Amino acid sequence: MAASSPAAALPAAVIDASRRAERDARADKLFRGLLAAAGIFVLVTLIGIALSMLWGGREALAQFGIGFFFSAEWDPVNQKFGALIPIYGTLVSALIAMLIAVPVSFGIALFLTEIAPNWLRGPVASAIELLAGIPSIIYGMWGLFVFVPLVGEHVAPWLNDHLGSWPLIGPLFTGPPLGIGMLTAGFVLAIMVIPFISSVMREVFLTVPTRLKESAYALGSTKWEVVWDIVLPYTRTAVVGGVFLGFGRALGETMAVAYLVGNSVKFTPSLLEPSTTIAALIANDFNESTGLHRSSLLLLGFVLFVVTFIVLAAARLMLLRLSRKEGNA
Amino acid sequence: MNSAVIPAPDAGKAAVERRLYFRRTVVNRLALVLGCAAALFGLVFLFWILWTTLSYGLKGVNLDLFTKMTPAPMSAGGLLNAFFGSAVICLIAIVIGSLLGVAAGTWLAEYAGNKRIGTVTRFINDILISAPSIVIGLFVAIVIVMQFKQYSALAGAIALALLVIPVVVRTTDEMLRLVPGQMREAALSLGVPQWKVTMQVLYRAALPGIVTGILLALARITGETAPLLFTAFGNQYWSTDLLKPMASVPVVMYQFVGSPYESWQTLAWAGALVLTVFVLLLSLLARAILLRNKTSHD
Repeated sequence: MAASSPAAALPAAVIDASRRAERDARADKLFRGLLAAAGIFVLVTLIGIALSMLWGGREALAQFGIGFFFSAEWDPVNQKFGALIPIYGTLVSALIAMLIAVPVSFGIALFLTEIAPNWLRGPVASAIELLAGIPSIIYGMWGLFVFVPLVGEHVAPWLNDHLGSWPLIGPLFTGPPLGIGMLTAGFVLAIMVIPFISSVMREVFLTVPTRLKESAYALGSTKWEVVWDIVLPYTRTAVVGGVFLGFGRALGETMAVAYLVGNSVKFTPSLLEPSTTIAALIANDFNESTGLHRSSLLLLGFVLFVVTFIVLAAARLMLLRLSRKEGNA
Repeated sequence: MNSAVIPAPDAGKAAVERRLYFRRTVVNRLALVLGCAAALFGLVFLFWILWTTLSYGLKGVNLDLFTKMTPAPMSAGGLLNAFFGSAVICLIAIVIGSLLGVAAGTWLAEYAGNKRIGTVTRFINDILISAPSIVIGLFVAIVIVMQFKQYSALAGAIALALLVIPVVVRTTDEMLRLVPGQMREAALSLGVPQWKVTMQVLYRAALPGIVTGILLALARITGETAPLLFTAFGNQYWSTDLLKPMASVPVVMYQFVGSPYESWQTLAWAGALVLTVFVLLLSLLARAILLRNKTSHD
């Protein structure tokens, strides 16, 4: 009798344990399924974004065909739409931004990795990163209230007088002193993307093995020679990746540009006259648009998404290459 | 004797070397000065923008700002409905986005990390982090707003949630992969099922990092304007209905700052100041959490 109670309890405990194991296995499966669903959701979102805009733009695509991308006409009254002007504006303003942002970001990365004394590096790096935290609409407001009058009163007239008569680039810098236009938008975009590019550059510069740099110093190299001949070649692909990352940001930036670019869908060679970008055009027109107009805007959104996707994917691939090299070393 | 024979060529060589050395020094100096100038350039614009926001914004900061509704043109008012709207939309967005983001990040770190689908998802997620937010707004506008023919706060929250997800996925993924493998093995060897290991061991270890990611995501979406334009739209009045248009601070700023009315512009700048202070405090807080955690481990 005394022996039978543990004997009876044992199978119960075993059954209990195996039941619990079963329950745990079921819970594990469910948990895993939920997580996987969330992961797949991320993947599907991207495809969904692209497809939804293509679907929304089908009307415009059917109406204008491939000519949509090569037509410079954007006329909501006569229902004629072409993407050339906003595409041109997007590319040019982003390129202006890169022309300013890349050398400045390189200088900042140089300052933060080689020049500044150690106690200064942390605070300055944090301050530059704060620039990335400021909402983009505030860049737009600052540009509109502070920077536009400055350009209109001082910079644009100066450019008109000094560069306006030059051959080839002259037409770029002639225009009324309004202060708005691609140059202003590009400059403010540059300030916005500097923190992104400089932080990538700084991080990859820090991955260069110290013994490589010290070998160069031991041979008598100057700081500049170490950076130019050792650090940059070692990190080249990643630096280009960081530049592309900034370019992708500049292409899609909306709120800062919407105030500053002038929102005129007419072609002008001048960087000082009102123009537009894809993002600014969508932000301004979408809510009031209907039918073919809206469909054309969605197709423009699709173009923007595809272009930024390609640029950002290239950036990621280049950044991955350096980290792979790091991993193997 | 020897030294008397060689000097002529040696002096020439030395002169060449001196010139070369001089040039290298000058180039080096120039590069260092330009580097300092670049850093200064960045700092100047940071302080200039902050100063502008502060000086324009302080004019509009008073009790009315937080207690009155957005006014009609030319009249006084505040941003109460916009603050409320922003809070509601961002709160819903951060809850949806964090849940999905942490789940997907855990899936990447614990289950799919080294498989092809994991690599692809991680890559896509990294692109989504930098994707133009206006495109996300268009996506939600097509999928939700245009289907129901109604702007709504909920659609705005979903658009912002889509911006939260990639940020949280990345930090969760990174932080979980930093948790030492021994902790997983120790827990698993005690017979703890994997979901319990994840919930009670891994999340506890990675919590500060995950919270940092969520705070950074919140800082990012509070200032976002473009995705809300076509989704939550805007509302001049007090509204608590999630299925109706709702005001939000950035959208009100966008409408007001471009207007010719001075009272509207003052309100826009006051909103900008509150927004900037909130966002910068959030990112400082996030950094502090991460830093404290890092030092306590050392």
